[in-house]
Amino acid sequence: MTALVAGLTLPLLAAFAAIALPMRARVPAALLGAGLTLAASLWLAVVVWQTGPVTLSLGGWQPPIGIALRADGLGAALGVMTALVMTAVALAARHEMAASVAGPRAGFGFWPLMLLLWATMNAAFVSRDLFNLYVVLELITLSAVALVAISGKAEAIAAALRYLLFALAGSLLYLAGVVLTYAAHGTLDISLLAARMAAPSDALALGLMTAGLLVKTALFPFHVWLPHAHSAAPAPASALLSALVPKASLLILLRLWFEAMPDLAAPAALLTLASLGAMAVIWGGLLALAQARLKLIVAYSTVAQLGYIFLVFPLAGGDGGAQVWAAGAWTGAIFQTLSHGLAKAAMFLVAGIYLVAMGSDRLSDLRGMARALPMTGFAFALASITLMGLPPSGGFTAKYLLMTAAFASGQWAWALVLAAGGLLAAAYLYRPLAAIFARESAVAPRAIPRSWQAIPLGLAVLSVALGLLSSVPFEFLQIGRPDPAAEGL
Amino acid sequence: MTTALPVLLLMTSLLPAGVTFFLAQDSHALRNALQLGGAVLKLALIIWMLFAVADGAAYEAEFPLAPGLVVLLRVDALALLFISLSATLWFLTTIYAIAYFGTKAELSRFFGFFSLCVAATTGLALSGSLISFFIFFELLTLSTWPLVAHKQDKPSLRAARVYFAYALPGSAALLWAIIWLESATGPVLFTEPPDLSGLDPAALRAIFALFIIGVGVKAGLVPLHGWLPAAMAAPAPVSALLHAVAVVKAGAFGVVRVVYDVFGAENMTALGVGVPLAIVASFTIIWGSVRALQQDEIKKRLAFSTVSQVSYIVLGAALASPLAMIGGLVHLIHQGLMKITLFFCAGIFDERAGVKRIDGLNGMGAQMPWTSACFSIGALGMIGLPPLAGFVSKFYLGLGALEAGAPWVLAVLLASTFLNAAYFLPILYRLWFLPLASGAKGDDRAPGLVVPAVVTAAATVGVGMLAASPISPLGWATLIVTQGYGP
Amino acid sequence: MSLTLFALTGAALVGLGVYGLLARPHMLRRIIAFNLIGSGLFLFFGAAAARGTGLDPIPQALIITGIVVALSASALAVGLVVALARSSGTAYLPDEEGRL
Repeated sequence: MTALVAGLTLPLLAAFAAIALPMRARVPAALLGAGLTLAASLWLAVVVWQTGPVTLSLGGWQPPIGIALRADGLGAALGVMTALVMTAVALAARHEMAASVAGPRAGFGFWPLMLLLWATMNAAFVSRDLFNLYVVLELITLSAVALVAISGKAEAIAAALRYLLFALAGSLLYLAGVVLTYAAHGTLDISLLAARMAAPSDALALGLMTAGLLVKTALFPFHVWLPHAHSAAPAPASALLSALVPKASLLILLRLWFEAMPDLAAPAALLTLASLGAMAVIWGGLLALAQARLKLIVAYSTVAQLGYIFLVFPLAGGDGGAQVWAAGAWTGAIFQTLSHGLAKAAMFLVAGIYLVAMGSDRLSDLRGMARALPMTGFAFALASITLMGLPPSGGFTAKYLLMTAAFASGQWAWALVLAAGGLLAAAYLYRPLAAIFARESAVAPRAIPRSWQAIPLGLAVLSVALGLLSSVPFEFLQIGRPDPAAEGL
Repeated sequence: MTTALPVLLLMTSLLPAGVTFFLAQDSHALRNALQLGGAVLKLALIIWMLFAVADGAAYEAEFPLAPGLVVLLRVDALALLFISLSATLWFLTTIYAIAYFGTKAELSRFFGFFSLCVAATTGLALSGSLISFFIFFELLTLSTWPLVAHKQDKPSLRAARVYFAYALPGSAALLWAIIWLESATGPVLFTEPPDLSGLDPAALRAIFALFIIGVGVKAGLVPLHGWLPAAMAAPAPVSALLHAVAVVKAGAFGVVRVVYDVFGAENMTALGVGVPLAIVASFTIIWGSVRALQQDEIKKRLAFSTVSQVSYIVLGAALASPLAMIGGLVHLIHQGLMKITLFFCAGIFDERAGVKRIDGLNGMGAQMPWTSACFSIGALGMIGLPPLAGFVSKFYLGLGALEAGAPWVLAVLLASTFLNAAYFLPILYRLWFLPLASGAKGDDRAPGLVVPAVVTAAATVGVGMLAASPISPLGWATLIVTQGYGP
Repeated sequence: MSLTLFALTGAALVGLGVYGLLARPHMLRRIIAFNLIGSGLFLFFGAAAARGTGLDPIPQALIITGIVVALSASALAVGLVVALARSSGTAYLPDEEGRL
């Protein structure tokens, strides 16, 4: 319980400290806060592992009056992934977002925004109340939008505004669904909703909430805001935006469809969600293939990689939830969420290093970077392996589990999407890899300390290790899972 | 101890790989010591296990990753056959590579991936389940890619791209086949043949085809062989490794596993997929030879010769008779020994005489007697001259074809022998009987390069001469077939 | 009766907001449109609170929270529009300038 509270309050306190303390103490305070929050997230995971889900009713008020927080395996695992990415980003930002490099405004604003984002992400992972989740989503959006605009360049501000428009539209759709739900049931607690009497307005409410969350998760065709917003931000911010922010709305989507209202999961709805995901995989991959800048390739790849996760709906949702393959499919989708987060953050941090070293992220300017900065090349290659879904990475475990479920349930078309997506990922990542590993290097890049190069490498290694050591995370994710009846294939 | 051994076997290449990546470019002594030390240790372990496994022992180690996703390492007779080949040749190729590269740059990267590639091959050989086979199969693709691209010039990078473009769809097909099959049978272990009754014959045939496409890309089955000649842009030690030890062999080994441990000879006959596979293999044998005949570069000719020769192994597996199987398995070893000899020599001709094309070899026999002699032995072995290694393989394949009731295979073998002679004998003629071109000179005063070639050439002679002994590859292949697959 | 009135007014506000959002690409108008939709939803929410016997206090607490959140979102949005206008001299998003 203490760990749960610490994970929410420590980053908030650190955010205040990063604003209020004298200039010299701000960055150290933020880093200290990051370290402590990482410790809290790990501690929470240990507690969940040992004793099962941790539940807390805020202020002692039980739902439906109060708000319940509950850290299950899923929430705690996402918390740990977020903490690892945040810590790595904070360490990289020490170099990249220093006031001397990024300018005084970005150098000041980045730290509190990052910590605020962290606190709200952690809240999204554990909150059980739909309205509370609305507030949390808004706070995530606000800090994310501010992070996009932080450089103050015209194109960044335009991208941030476009992002804000989409996100606000998404929030309002979600809010409308929440209002309808409350009007029908008088409660917004996920566990209480699961035991509700079905009402005629439920389908509309779930549809509105889902639509809103899809906009925020940037699922095809709502993805248009994402690539430019993610690539216009400074690289450490891009890492947060691409690796973490869509995961919050995604998690709420999973909670809605698997925990709060699984009875409404009609086959047609599940099929629609997965079809949009499949189109995201293909379309995002094709667009990534057409980009000439590293950050845009990586950003479009996020659109494609998020698409995989939506295949979970027909594979584990609705009536499929009771089948033997459901646990595998569900866990596979979460593995994809986790390994994509780690690998994508590593890629953006590599892109950030190249931007500092070469002043550009055009592929034509990055030729031979692996020779100049070998650790970054290695990190990008490892992260690529995860995104391509090649063994022994976390991406492979995800793909294997989803594919097995697709075959076991007879829906092999989704397996085709997974296979095609993997080949597309190999195609669009081959170009940056070939450039980075080319022999020549035109201009001598600025020296980058090894300790900085090691940060994305660490994240990339973690994304591979998630596949090598996947049995513990697999079991961990089953803690507090909605349908524990089925125990894998 | 029994669980530690397979892991240890893997670690003898994996640990040197891991450490080598982080070594400075100029710490040659340490790097060489690591590489050779690992290779020697691995050989010692293998010899120790050879005796134990001959007595029927099996070693197993298991790492569950997720339900159904279990890495299972298991030492059985077939695995040992492949490992002893790869470990011996790894050792020799390392000596050769150290001499070949001298103090050129990027050696830590090269040897890192080199031993990683051997680790992947070891894991592939030890895999006791389909999914672990797949994992190491992919690891092999990933670790050989930087080796193909090693020179980082235009042809190498193109070769690496082509390699990837062939390998990844291949592995997608393989994964597809594995998951499709396992969705009906549960995880497939090589020790117990899966129950295929849950799938209808049409689905099984499709799965079989996907399997063959998946492993066939690496085995260079026509029309999936396009990457192999392109990969000749890589340095000579890499070609040697690719053709004799790791990639192509992994594909052929995969065919053997799929045919015998996944489907089984009986199911193959029932499904009627053996004969089509034999036809594809036969076509590859002839096609590879014909294409080899058309090449003017030594390495290109050898590459197409590999395409042709590896399909002997596939043919042996496809015929699904014990004798043909023995012929195929023993060719796994024999082809490796002969082909690596030829590639070692091709590299020496290039390094010491600057000769890349066949017409540059005129009269080199007198200049480079050791190299030329080794090349000749390898070439004659490939043609199948008794008592060299290639003869034994072809003999058993022929007997097996008769046993399987497919006498047309004899015609294929005969045609292939003529074609082999047609593309190798002119080289030997040039080496020994034509006068040296003016200005051409060469020598083989490079023991690090020549000794490995001499050892493998001697082995080519040795395994043929001693074929009747129980510890020869033939004896071992017979043991495998009688232990596991005999009637 | 009054409840239905509140709910209908809420729906009308949402409709006005959606219209403004679609018809007017000027960023300030869009922000106002978002606020209209939000207010409409809150009104509807408030109407939903008065069901059954007595008054349910929870929606009121939630509405207040929501208004605060909407206010901060609007503040950020207005700040961004000002920054956009300063840096590019226009209050339209780049590719929407022409269409009004």
